[in-house]
Amino acid sequence: MRILVAIKPVPSRDSTLRVAPGSTWIITDDIALEINEPDAYALEAALQLKEKHGGEVVVLCAGPARAAQTIREALAKGADRGLHIEQEGMEGWDPLSAGRLLAAAARNETPDLILTGLQSDDLGYGQTGVVMAELLGIPHGTIIMSVEVRDGRIRVKRELEDGWYQNVEMPLPALLTIQSGIGKLRYATLMGIKKAKTKEVKRLSAAELEVSFTPCLQIERLYLPERSKLTQFLPGTAKEVAAALLEKLRFEERVL
Amino acid sequence: MSVLTVLEQRGDSWNRVSFEALAAAAQIGRELGVPVEAAVLGERVAQACAEVACKGVRKVWAVEHDRLADYTPDAFTLALEDLLRRANPVLVVFPHTYQVRDYAPKLATRFGRVLVSDVIRHQVADGQLKLTRQLFQGKLSADTLATTAPPNFISVQAGAYRAGDEESPAGDVEVVRPEIPAEAVRTRPEAPFRESQRTVDLAAAPIIVSVGRGIKEKENLPLVEKLAQAMGAEIAASRPICDNGWLPMERQVGSSGQTVSPKLYVAVGISGAIQHLVGMKGSKTIVAINKDPDAPIFEVADYAIVGDLFEVVPALTEELEKLK
Repeated sequence: MRILVAIKPVPSRDSTLRVAPGSTWIITDDIALEINEPDAYALEAALQLKEKHGGEVVVLCAGPARAAQTIREALAKGADRGLHIEQEGMEGWDPLSAGRLLAAAARNETPDLILTGLQSDDLGYGQTGVVMAELLGIPHGTIIMSVEVRDGRIRVKRELEDGWYQNVEMPLPALLTIQSGIGKLRYATLMGIKKAKTKEVKRLSAAELEVSFTPCLQIERLYLPERSKLTQFLPGTAKEVAAALLEKLRFEERVL
Repeated sequence: MSVLTVLEQRGDSWNRVSFEALAAAAQIGRELGVPVEAAVLGERVAQACAEVACKGVRKVWAVEHDRLADYTPDAFTLALEDLLRRANPVLVVFPHTYQVRDYAPKLATRFGRVLVSDVIRHQVADGQLKLTRQLFQGKLSADTLATTAPPNFISVQAGAYRAGDEESPAGDVEVVRPEIPAEAVRTRPEAPFRESQRTVDLAAAPIIVSVGRGIKEKENLPLVEKLAQAMGAEIAASRPICDNGWLPMERQVGSSGQTVSPKLYVAVGISGAIQHLVGMKGSKTIVAINKDPDAPIFEVADYAIVGDLFEVVPALTEELEKLK
């Protein structure tokens, strides 16, 4: 089984985000990239499926030159090879444009299964996977908690709201967006890191894939959110804030 | 020309976010000077549509087909594609539910459009619709414009708009029956289920102490459990804690867990990703303890403590115990 995993490099979780001049994106120069966490779960699901059923795991990533590091990390965890669509300024690509780019690269690979995270931690549209499936003309499932493969079909557990789930069956090829918690994320081993250096990463470009960028959305202004509440910050030592908070909760809010 | 809202049912009841989407559509429609219509999809929906017809809409489309009885992305996309070509709306407004996340991007793609998802606010200026979304897990906001010609597509976040309760003279109900060939529906859904009987009803708890990633290790949990005990609170968690199996899934607060609105919610080491906030921002008093002063949880907090939870939580427990 050939499994393609679409991963996105995003600013690392503890980055300090500063809005860039022009207010349409953040200052990225000094920000470390890491794999979008939901995509890390998609990779984990792919590696587990490969362990069970054999085959190949290919990671697909559209991003700047320095995203090569993110791809290497995925290879170190056990993916077999990588596809890197080198493209600066992907943050300006809406999910339809990004989906076109990724679908074009995916089409050439004829995968049996495509996995990706259910959303990105930066733009958070939560759509790229579904858009890819539609463009490729294959069925999909979103917010998936487990995957069973049998007789050329899959049966997946979809998360619904309020603690409900549903099993859904579909033919392959198919695309799934993976929810966190599908498995424990593995770390790369020393051996894995060593091996990753010799694994193939194919470089592609939007031009080669014959995808031109026609934006559908435009970020007009990016800013720190306005506070919806008047928040009281309580300063002091741990002991002082504890006492001050209890005072407020008991005598002003009367909730204790 | 219309602003069309697609309402969602769960079994025989409404998904309540549907009426918040309808309220958003009503506001946008008023500001754009365009009437509002609604659509309900299912096997037999005429009765449900009659209820919606009294909610200030010009018309309700009852989209009926046997293959819409159980949700599938293929059937819903086909049915709505057919409806949009008839109804010709300028804007389609969805509630941002798991179901909408599953099919609305597919539908928008079919029209060469992008769904502007999880919208928290809008503004109409010079006939242009500006939509506010949260980026970076809520750390930043972005005003976004769709640059494509109508129809455009948006989904609104749960809790972002207040559902109206006013009744109006009934609008029309028109039944449409799209063509949905059997072979066009590729997925086979089974009946929804719950993992196990819930043993804790967080929604009924007057006080909740909730713990997030900041706790770092399972071994540190007793720290927060002691605080919960001293407060007489139920303990809850954000998703990563339950994913790790440190607390059972039934204690998860957020869009994939329980929605709560206790009189007091204490968020310990929770950054406040959107998925968590939608599950608790209705709480009466919110206290947040987090080391990152920019954590989005502070935007909804009444009381903010920027500091090390490993110092603040034991101090709080100690002070509480003094009161006994």
